[in-house]
Amino acid sequence: MTIEERPAGRGAGAGPVLLGVRHHGPGSARAVRAALEAARPGVVLIEGPPEADALIPLAADEEMRPPVALLAHAVDEPGRSAFWPLAEFSPEWVALRWALEHGVPARFIDLPATHTLAWGQREDEEGARGESPLDGDPAQPADGDHAPGTAPAREPELEPEPEPEPDGADEVRIDPLGVLADAAGYDDPERWWEDVVEHRGAGQGDALAPFTALEEAMAALRETYGSGGHDRDLVREAYMRLQLRSAQREFEDGVAVVCGAWHVPALRQKTTVAADKALLKGLPKVKTDMTWVPWTHRRLSRVSGYGAGIDSPGWYGHLFSAPDRPVERWMTKVAGLLRAEDRIVSSAHVIEAVRLAETLAAMRGRPLPGLSESTDAVRAVMCEGSDVPLALVHDRLVVGDVLGEVPSTAPAVPLQRDLTRLQRRLRLKPEALERELELDLRKENDAARSRLLHRLRLLGIAWGEPAASRGSTGTFRETWRLRWEPELSVRVAEAGVWGTTVLSAATAKAEADAVTAEGLADVTALAERCLLAELPDALPTVMRILADRAALDSDVGHLAQALPALVRSLRYGDVRGTDTGALGEVAAGLAERVFVGLPPACAALDADAAEEMRRHVDAVHGAVGLLGDAPAAGHGHLRARWQSVLRVLSGRDTVPGVIRGRAVRLLLDDGELAQDEAARLMGLVLSPGTPPADAAAWIEGFVGGGSGGGMLLVHDERLLGLVDAWLTGVPAEAFTDVLPLLRRTFSAYEPGVRRTLGELVRRGPAAPGAATAAGAAIPGFAAELDTARADAVLPVVRLLLGLDEMDTRNDLVGVER
Amino acid sequence: MSVSIEPTPVEPKQQEPSEALRPHAEDAFADELAALAAQDDRPRPARWKLSPWAVATYLLGGVLPDGTVITPKYVGPRRIVEVAVTTLATDRALLLLGVPGTAKTWVSEHLAAAVSGDSTLLVQGTAGTPEEAIRYGWNYAQLLAHGPSRDALVPSPVMRAMAEGMTARVEELTRIPADVQDTLITILSEKTLPIPELGQEVQAVRGFNLIATANDRDRGVNDLSSALRRRFNTVVLPLPETPDAEVDIVSRRVDQIGRSLDLPPAPDGLDEIRRVVTVFRELRDGVTTDGRTKLKSPSGTLSTAEAISVVTNGLALAAHFGDGVLRAGDVAAGILGAVVRDPAADRVIWQEYLETVVRERDGWKDFYRACREVSG
Repeated sequence: MTIEERPAGRGAGAGPVLLGVRHHGPGSARAVRAALEAARPGVVLIEGPPEADALIPLAADEEMRPPVALLAHAVDEPGRSAFWPLAEFSPEWVALRWALEHGVPARFIDLPATHTLAWGQREDEEGARGESPLDGDPAQPADGDHAPGTAPAREPELEPEPEPEPDGADEVRIDPLGVLADAAGYDDPERWWEDVVEHRGAGQGDALAPFTALEEAMAALRETYGSGGHDRDLVREAYMRLQLRSAQREFEDGVAVVCGAWHVPALRQKTTVAADKALLKGLPKVKTDMTWVPWTHRRLSRVSGYGAGIDSPGWYGHLFSAPDRPVERWMTKVAGLLRAEDRIVSSAHVIEAVRLAETLAAMRGRPLPGLSESTDAVRAVMCEGSDVPLALVHDRLVVGDVLGEVPSTAPAVPLQRDLTRLQRRLRLKPEALERELELDLRKENDAARSRLLHRLRLLGIAWGEPAASRGSTGTFRETWRLRWEPELSVRVAEAGVWGTTVLSAATAKAEADAVTAEGLADVTALAERCLLAELPDALPTVMRILADRAALDSDVGHLAQALPALVRSLRYGDVRGTDTGALGEVAAGLAERVFVGLPPACAALDADAAEEMRRHVDAVHGAVGLLGDAPAAGHGHLRARWQSVLRVLSGRDTVPGVIRGRAVRLLLDDGELAQDEAARLMGLVLSPGTPPADAAAWIEGFVGGGSGGGMLLVHDERLLGLVDAWLTGVPAEAFTDVLPLLRRTFSAYEPGVRRTLGELVRRGPAAPGAATAAGAAIPGFAAELDTARADAVLPVVRLLLGLDEMDTRNDLVGVER
Repeated sequence: MSVSIEPTPVEPKQQEPSEALRPHAEDAFADELAALAAQDDRPRPARWKLSPWAVATYLLGGVLPDGTVITPKYVGPRRIVEVAVTTLATDRALLLLGVPGTAKTWVSEHLAAAVSGDSTLLVQGTAGTPEEAIRYGWNYAQLLAHGPSRDALVPSPVMRAMAEGMTARVEELTRIPADVQDTLITILSEKTLPIPELGQEVQAVRGFNLIATANDRDRGVNDLSSALRRRFNTVVLPLPETPDAEVDIVSRRVDQIGRSLDLPPAPDGLDEIRRVVTVFRELRDGVTTDGRTKLKSPSGTLSTAEAISVVTNGLALAAHFGDGVLRAGDVAAGILGAVVRDPAADRVIWQEYLETVVRERDGWKDFYRACREVSG
């Protein structure tokens, strides 16, 4: 089948030109272009869903920039979808562009998505996949079975590690590449393919020869292994054969087919039309819609967790676009990147790296340096053996940040459809007029609305903004300000890259945000939003990253800041009935780290830093109080441990006075410190040996701010006496120094408290024993219950609780705690 | 390097027993080298005793077509050996980096033995290494009697390697003072060593190359100038990849050292060794073995060599002051000393590790308690 024998476009009797490729193979892509140039077919048939035929002209649009993907989704169920990603270096894309540039019709000939999506559905209904179609990530339905889904990214024919059958029908799957590579003495099928196909330079001689050779190899494999366990391939191939026949009737032999190499022998096979039609009989159907969506290199790569794909889209893109000397150009690119990151990389480095890569390739017996040789050379020469800059190279170049674009004329993405559906169901119309929406989360519909708005906010679709609730402040109330701006539709289209339903898109976006989040507090905030938006699937990722960040963050301030938000999230979770077990564990772990790090972090602080740290101590105290109630496995005694930390803080002289004072106060409030002991500590601090400024700070920590410290002084005259005695003993020259501090402390009290204090001071020390007899009782309370006064309250309590006369007694006993 | 963990060379069977306590690599493995040379049909760079493929096989081990078994000299990623050998073949100098106890010296010796058949052209780098050790010195008696001449010149190992096209080795390059290090720049870039006193020079002949080793944790000692750094291809030798490999290395070495110190063998110290290795690995890698919790890494190296000394220490404690059984308490103090190098930062890291990881681990209660005791 050489070109010389055939006049351009018409190979009399030679049959169609079948170009077997590997999806996303740059070498395949280059060979396809050469072959098409040489064969000049009248029509190009491409493996892909025929529903997309109408979308082909868009590929020529100026605004269309690969990587993009063809997206098929079930109309009634946008979560059921499948992607056919195409990169610049995909042979299918090259064929498509060639056809458009030469005014040749192009058609997709694979089994229609209407069937392949229905296949996925049937599996779901059989319960085999065990997961709701709506929850799966966008590329999911495909999995190992390549019928729908991302499968086109990597067809089974080139699958190096066969993935398990989703439906559990475990036939032995043949990895055709593995077999061929094994025969050639390679242990890695990918590498074999690269050496034999992808790394071939621009073809010299016969442009079709490589395809013929590959077809022979595949034919031999198919003879031995048949369908190789990919049963659905037979159906797909039958459909492709039918399409091929009808194209041949129309264009005679000027037909070129670009498809996975595995299918080539099957397309060549002579079968009857009736037999093929029989295979296609009774296929399930589902109404589907197609569109183009932007794709990214990261999604093409396996690293991003999308089952199918290639390791190194950036490297492939480079191989495809580099006109010559790919290794030299690659090294120059790497050097440019490293220089931009302020590493010293000279041209000499580039030269040596190229030499090393080439020698390594020779030593490993490869025709050209591949990615592994290049990487080894970059590491040894440019990165001084370190993997850190190498990770950068991998991230930026080997995978790459390329983001595709799709013209605005492309049909709407399923996300929009899903959103419209949800809006209708929740009776929440998009209106340009701003309005306020009050939600009561106890009602199911309102809770669903809140979730939708929170999810949209995560996706950057700012339809609703949370507003402060008027009146009620209960955790079950939410107020939103809604306003639908026209540009939000664009946002929805952009967000389409994350998924096909609001839920799956928000989940994917939250996970991606967590990975890229800068600080610990950002991740905590994200966790909170995940709970609000009810994204249980995103939570594990967010939690893992949160735990990692917390472990590596050495600033106790950050940890202490993150803790309250996290504990708050725990409570939200409770209100909404989400499972917060993992959250509780992370929070407890965070608390542990704070406990360990806090005492050393409190040493040698200036006044401002000490004040900030005091706030952290307060925040942690509050958080631990809440956390102590929540069950957390393995962290049983958080409260006790926190109290021992407070004790350490209160007794350490290097800790600033304001923190020490606060620690004593917190212990006192918890009843962990006897009042006598508190008085002793206070006396110690207020004794003449302590610098007045330090003592004043201690007082501020102990009774300052809005902590109700004034009442404490009012009720415990001994403490007041201590303060009074100290204040009168402060030397005149030091008094002016401590005055601002004291003023700040006492001016925050309520006027009534201030007046009482003033009166107490004017009256002078009370009779000994009046207020101190209480001993270890809780400050502000008498030693024993005053039953007469308690009885007086009972009628009101009864009224409030709406209790019957009958069982009042018993219930009140329960209420006490 | 305090303790080395290089495997003990296997004594050659046919050769007459050497008197040397530790024979050179080229003597110890003479028969393997000979077998490789005999069957090596691939092209060899000038003055190489073996082809690069054969050198890689010599280091990584394998079976030759005639059935000769080549023992592996280096157990680790194949990539490392391939890059190292290829570097030497491209006449770039090779810098082996790694924390103490990662077999840098061992690899460099075997590379030199396989490439040049001679691993003795060695400059040991110390803080007091003079320029003469890298360039040349003078025989002063000759110099005074006959004036400057080539006869009065005492060549350094590097100079000899240049003249004969051999592989020279520089150990602990970063310990050498910076000005002395820089004498290597001319040698590596111009491949020539001028002798201004005689108005002559020694030009390196083909086959000359240089392997340097350096401790990458001691960068601060005498960091390489970027001019010198640029002349090297760098290969970082990793720490043992799996816990089992490391436990194996530690217990083997501890056994050897223990015998030489006449310590009674501990009945079941293996569990404790495993624990020490686990602690070291987790803190070093900054992640727990189950891969679920990240950790901060302390400033110490926590190398295998240190794990060995912690265990040896613990054994001595158990033997002399305990009941002879290695227990958590015997190693706790040693671990604390190895981990907490910086009293402020490392202590927090250690306590965090104790509280978040050790406390909750099953069967580690005794260890937790022992560590709490010594941490105070």
